[in-house]
Amino acid sequence: MEAFLLQLAAGIATGGIYASVALAIVMIYQATHHVNFAQGEMATLSTFIALTMIQAGLPYWVAFAGTLVVSFVMGALVERLIMRPVQHAPILTHVGVYIGMLLIIGNMTGWVFGYTIQMFPSPFEGGKPMLGGLFSAHQLGSVAVTLAVLILVYLFFTKTSLGLAMRAAAYNPRSARLVGIRVDVMLALGWGLAAAIGSVAGMMVAPIVFLDPNMMLGILLYAFAGALLGGIDNPPGAVMGGFLVGVLENLAGAYVVGTDLKLTVALVIIIGVLVLKPSGLFGRVVFTRV
Amino acid sequence: MNALPARFLLVVVGLAAALAPLWALESFHLFQLTLAVIMSLAVLGLNIVTGYNGQISLGHGAFFAIGAYVTSILMAQADWSFYATLPFAAAICGMVGYAVGLPALRLGGLYLALVTFSLAVAVPQLLKHKALEAWTGGVQGLFLMKPDPPRWLTSVLPLNADQYMYLNVLIVSGICFLLAWNLIRGRIGRALMATRDHPTAAEAMGMDIAALKTGAFAVSAMITGVAGALSAVAVEFVAPDSFTFLLSITFFVGMVVGGVASILGSIFGGLFVLFVPNIAESISRAAPGVIYGMILIVFLFVLPEGFAGLVRRLLAKLSSPENPKPQ
Amino acid sequence: MTISRRLLLAGSAGALAAPNIAAAQEAPGVTATEIHIGSTNALSGPVSSYSVISRCLEAMFKRLNDEGGVGGRRVKFTVYDDAYQPPRTLEQTRRLVERDRVAFLFNQLGTPTNSAVHRYVNQRSVPHLFLATGADKWANPREFPWTMGWQPSYRVEAQIYTKYVLEQRPNAKIALLYQNDDFGRDYLHGVQDVLGDRFRTMVVTATNEATDPTIDSQIVQLQAAGADVLICGVVPRFAAQAIRRVHDIGWRPMMFMTNVSVSVGVVMQPAGVEKGVGLITSDYRKDQSDPAWAQDAGMNEWRDFMRRYVPDGDLGDNNYTYGYGAGTTMIQVLRQCGNDFSRENVMNQARNIKPMEVATLLPGIKVQTQPDNYNVIRQMQLQRWNGQSWERFGNVIEGAG
Repeated sequence: MEAFLLQLAAGIATGGIYASVALAIVMIYQATHHVNFAQGEMATLSTFIALTMIQAGLPYWVAFAGTLVVSFVMGALVERLIMRPVQHAPILTHVGVYIGMLLIIGNMTGWVFGYTIQMFPSPFEGGKPMLGGLFSAHQLGSVAVTLAVLILVYLFFTKTSLGLAMRAAAYNPRSARLVGIRVDVMLALGWGLAAAIGSVAGMMVAPIVFLDPNMMLGILLYAFAGALLGGIDNPPGAVMGGFLVGVLENLAGAYVVGTDLKLTVALVIIIGVLVLKPSGLFGRVVFTRV
Repeated sequence: MNALPARFLLVVVGLAAALAPLWALESFHLFQLTLAVIMSLAVLGLNIVTGYNGQISLGHGAFFAIGAYVTSILMAQADWSFYATLPFAAAICGMVGYAVGLPALRLGGLYLALVTFSLAVAVPQLLKHKALEAWTGGVQGLFLMKPDPPRWLTSVLPLNADQYMYLNVLIVSGICFLLAWNLIRGRIGRALMATRDHPTAAEAMGMDIAALKTGAFAVSAMITGVAGALSAVAVEFVAPDSFTFLLSITFFVGMVVGGVASILGSIFGGLFVLFVPNIAESISRAAPGVIYGMILIVFLFVLPEGFAGLVRRLLAKLSSPENPKPQ
Repeated sequence: MTISRRLLLAGSAGALAAPNIAAAQEAPGVTATEIHIGSTNALSGPVSSYSVISRCLEAMFKRLNDEGGVGGRRVKFTVYDDAYQPPRTLEQTRRLVERDRVAFLFNQLGTPTNSAVHRYVNQRSVPHLFLATGADKWANPREFPWTMGWQPSYRVEAQIYTKYVLEQRPNAKIALLYQNDDFGRDYLHGVQDVLGDRFRTMVVTATNEATDPTIDSQIVQLQAAGADVLICGVVPRFAAQAIRRVHDIGWRPMMFMTNVSVSVGVVMQPAGVEKGVGLITSDYRKDQSDPAWAQDAGMNEWRDFMRRYVPDGDLGDNNYTYGYGAGTTMIQVLRQCGNDFSRENVMNQARNIKPMEVATLLPGIKVQTQPDNYNVIRQMQLQRWNGQSWERFGNVIEGAG
């Protein structure tokens, strides 16, 4: 029984990682109706920037805030310089651009910062395990941060006029322009916010998995699975989805299929969700008019 | 001046260009060109389902891997000849492609891209699995031998193994390209593109969308699978690490840069993905990946229709001012 | 036979007496002023953390050239990127051999990658030296006489651990965590080699992928199986996670870690130095953070080299001590060649290295080869982590050879 609890806890802990990255993915989707394959690499780059600031002597939360700002600017710049010119291009071009960014940012991070793994500090004491040895302080703390970000995002999108405008701009740009929304500004803001959230995910994840340029590679797949499972247009759903994927993947790996098929479990989840309930467990179904 | 002699001339020139490397290039460059032709074939496969039919696949590396492994297992474990394995590899990949095409019916755009991307990421792990190890050789992989040129050929034309491989790859690819071209030119090709551009209208007009889309996946998988089979023999080695998700990304890049929905574009694409990483490496030893990514994005901005689009525009400019199009 | 062929060549060159022939190739990749050596490494992609090895080697050859080269010639060292993909390794190796016409190949990285070129280089009689992989299939002089590894094999390492366990805890239940690739599988085979039939009853295993975010689940699973020994064949990232996790869940097995993942700066400190107390490894290199080597002559030589030629290199990354060892061995072979850098002679010298100490190798552990034994390093020493440094214990152990 204790082993099962430990597995469950491990699943929830990993799920926390997936949930925070899934949130960033959903954020981008809400703001732009795109899924950015390069999200993970951008988050990793932000985390390295944070590390540079911390190593330069800045206190943790100052570096944290600084990274948020830098990531926001990076995201907005990416939108302006790279996404804007291909705005009206077919979806294939967009996917191509994401992949190009994945290659550039991923390799650039490695080139500038090196490939050796690094420690990344946690703002939560992280010394002794808590809750009867099931979780570390950092794991609980990062889940708390993820939930806090989630609440902020949710409030932003539903209760503020700016958030509403952003969603409108993504959902129906033409109509949004007609009511006076500056769609191009909304898009840049959306990318900036998504990059900032991604950087939070990176900074929460790095103390657990250790920081290196390839940190996000494995996580991204599971995060996608989580976002899809919960509903790609539904931030709380995506977070739930992330936790579910973490638990499912760990339990399946430990008790059902063995650890050498865990990636396949993620694949099966993704396919299963999209085939059986494409809007995810918590998403809304959208119909296309001819 | 009617079109027929011009087209005939084009074919002759094309054939000459394809065969010339046998004598003009020495072994290493011929080997590279062989790989490039294989890549072109793989990109052609991808083009059928993504370019012409609009179903975005980021997982074609999986079909490439299946084709490669089917051929390798049959040759290494069951001692089949290379030629016998090809139709088998094509058939199995076709079936797998169809199987992937079925759930794909319910997905569109980005979702399909995500699913196929996940497939690409999961494939190496599946290939390494214990249950299949006895056949696939597990992480250690399987070794093959290139076929030697047969006596009747070498008595007429002295060829070494590399040249013979190039010839084989050329012939097999040529056949596939011809079949694809025929398919695209005809009714099915138009139906594929109609499904891509106006799916709801096409359905309303009574086209069997499901059959078209799954069929497209099957054919696409077959072609990329054959490319995989050819690559296994050209490299004489298969291992799970040869088929990471980077391979699927490579095919995608080749398709986009060469020219989406273009037979010629597939050829350009294959040449691009083989030779440009080397160029990127010579520009920047430290970060070839960055250069490669930048070249990709520049292409997407400046030449969104790829090389093939550029050629098309150049040809159009050449033909329109002086000669009006024949009626 | 080689000598008389060279006499014939020398004779005909003399007979022609054309001065410009001196600048031509005497052997592939060798001119009167230069030796061209080729290599491939994962300079990009997921395993590019090993690319620092190539940087270290480039720096070593630069130092060699600054000091006058070898045999009156400078070394030109070319490394191509294969992104750890076997087909690309073949392409790059063929480029090196057929287009760049290098003299020989040195320290190519990876097992599947080197497998892809294994047959090719032996068919073409190109020395394929000191591969950067611990797989144990490279030491095969009968079937593949041109290929030679360098570091002690992972399989032998696992055998050493298993034998130690059997001595200390004959009725142990052993847990084995290994990476699901050629590297990890060698540990599995090593344990199987020693236990034979007892493997099924004594051992539980769990695997991980290089792309897994964490291995917490695997650790929990292994503990739940009631194991009191844990052997890990995983890369640094997971090693650090494993050490930390094992400690945090209150499990105290006799724990072994592959020597690939025991760097103080890269693994022990991130894990938490107090959490790894008691961890056993078996290494052949000195570790930078071990205070025992603070004044050591060999390590000072290495540190001086790093300071002058790789100033931005991380001293805590033991890929640099690894690279220094491989590079020293290579340079020794070059020196042994005298003035003859033909492929036959290079290979001949490579298979006849008299036992030699290297600055970054532990005392008592020597580099050596014989024509029938291609295991270049065949000794290791068990070490235990005491919270601050690695403490060697026991004797230098010779592996299965």
